[in-house]
Amino acid sequence: MASLKDIKKRIGTVKNTQQITKAMKMVSAAKLRRAQEAVIAARPYADKMADVLSSLALRVDADSHPLLAERGKGKALVVLITGDRGLCGGFNTNISKTAERFIREKSERFESYELLIVGRKGNDYLKRRKGMEITKVHENLVGTGQVSYPTGALLGQEVIGLYRSGDYDSVFLVYNAFQSVMTQVQTVTQLLPIVPKEVEEGVMVTDYIYEPNAKEVLEEILPKHVEVQIFRSLLESAASEHGARMTAMDSASKNASERIGKLTLQYNRARQASITKELLEIISGSESLKS
Amino acid sequence: MAEKLKLEMVTPYKRVLSEEVEEVTAPGTVGEFGVLPDHTSLLTTLKVGELSYKQGGETCHVAVNWGYVEVEDNVMTVLVETAEPADQIDVERAKAALARAEEALAKLTSEDKDSKIMEAALERAVIRVQVAGKTLH
Repeated sequence: MASLKDIKKRIGTVKNTQQITKAMKMVSAAKLRRAQEAVIAARPYADKMADVLSSLALRVDADSHPLLAERGKGKALVVLITGDRGLCGGFNTNISKTAERFIREKSERFESYELLIVGRKGNDYLKRRKGMEITKVHENLVGTGQVSYPTGALLGQEVIGLYRSGDYDSVFLVYNAFQSVMTQVQTVTQLLPIVPKEVEEGVMVTDYIYEPNAKEVLEEILPKHVEVQIFRSLLESAASEHGARMTAMDSASKNASERIGKLTLQYNRARQASITKELLEIISGSESLKS
Repeated sequence: MAEKLKLEMVTPYKRVLSEEVEEVTAPGTVGEFGVLPDHTSLLTTLKVGELSYKQGGETCHVAVNWGYVEVEDNVMTVLVETAEPADQIDVERAKAALARAEEALAKLTSEDKDSKIMEAALERAVIRVQVAGKTLH
């Protein structure tokens, strides 16, 4: 049995760990609130963008713009958004696995797949997997603060550039969508070519006056749409990460409490046993002196 | 005929405005245009500039940066990258940005890659200062 001192030491260690997990939980909770607000604030913009785009796409020919036209079945690019830091439960692993599964299941659809990874953790996982081609990794793109729009816009422009140069025939986006603090939804969407939202039948599509003309408006809006989608997925991913970390740290703190309870019990038992032993020794000592 | 028009202004960061207004003037890429209630459906792009709207006889100004406008059923939706209402602009900062842009531009020739970026920055700064000045009236 472990000695009293050993047990005491272990209680100290667990307490220290608990302090850290508790602090991390608090930090994540604060960050989560801000990230969540940002996600909600960005939604009207992204939704409106999608609405305008779908009504525009109805009126113009799909082949009229390179970002709309369907291409061949050559290479596809998968943009995977993960976190830079760990200690957030299954957040990074789950999304990396989703990307891996997506590539393996759809292997017939395209000749080959390549990955563009945002976040260190996704790279850590996927670089050890067989058959995963990683072309580029962005580490620390978002940093620890809030996601800024230019970050999303730059990544969007990079992706559009890669697509326009003809290296890839399709681009997919894989990220954690924020649903609630406890739940993240692993989402895979097609980013390019752009698939306009289906307009329900019977819904009147308004005919606009375009200024300067439909084609130029489209030329402006399509790249913006890609940027906005990437920006939004970065926001969603950031909020999900904080949520996941908060939940993970909460259960870690709970486990630590439980562990401390068990160790304290063990400590008290050991202490009592040693007292009893000492008493017995004293009594038996004095008994032997008497006789 | 409807007397008012709903003006919704959103940026990637937040919903800036959602108001009932009487008239809107916006900086379109092909020129400034005005929108009154019962305007026909319209979709157009915006350039860096000043958007103003009338509400209850008062005119408010907003500095906007790249975006587009959709008008449909008396709802005018403005999607812009940034939007700063006149009373929220930090004049000192805007002026400092203006001076910085001018200085940088003076050093660059028109062939430089950065000169376009700085020109855009200058334009934004000019508009910001201009719009901020209008709160005083």
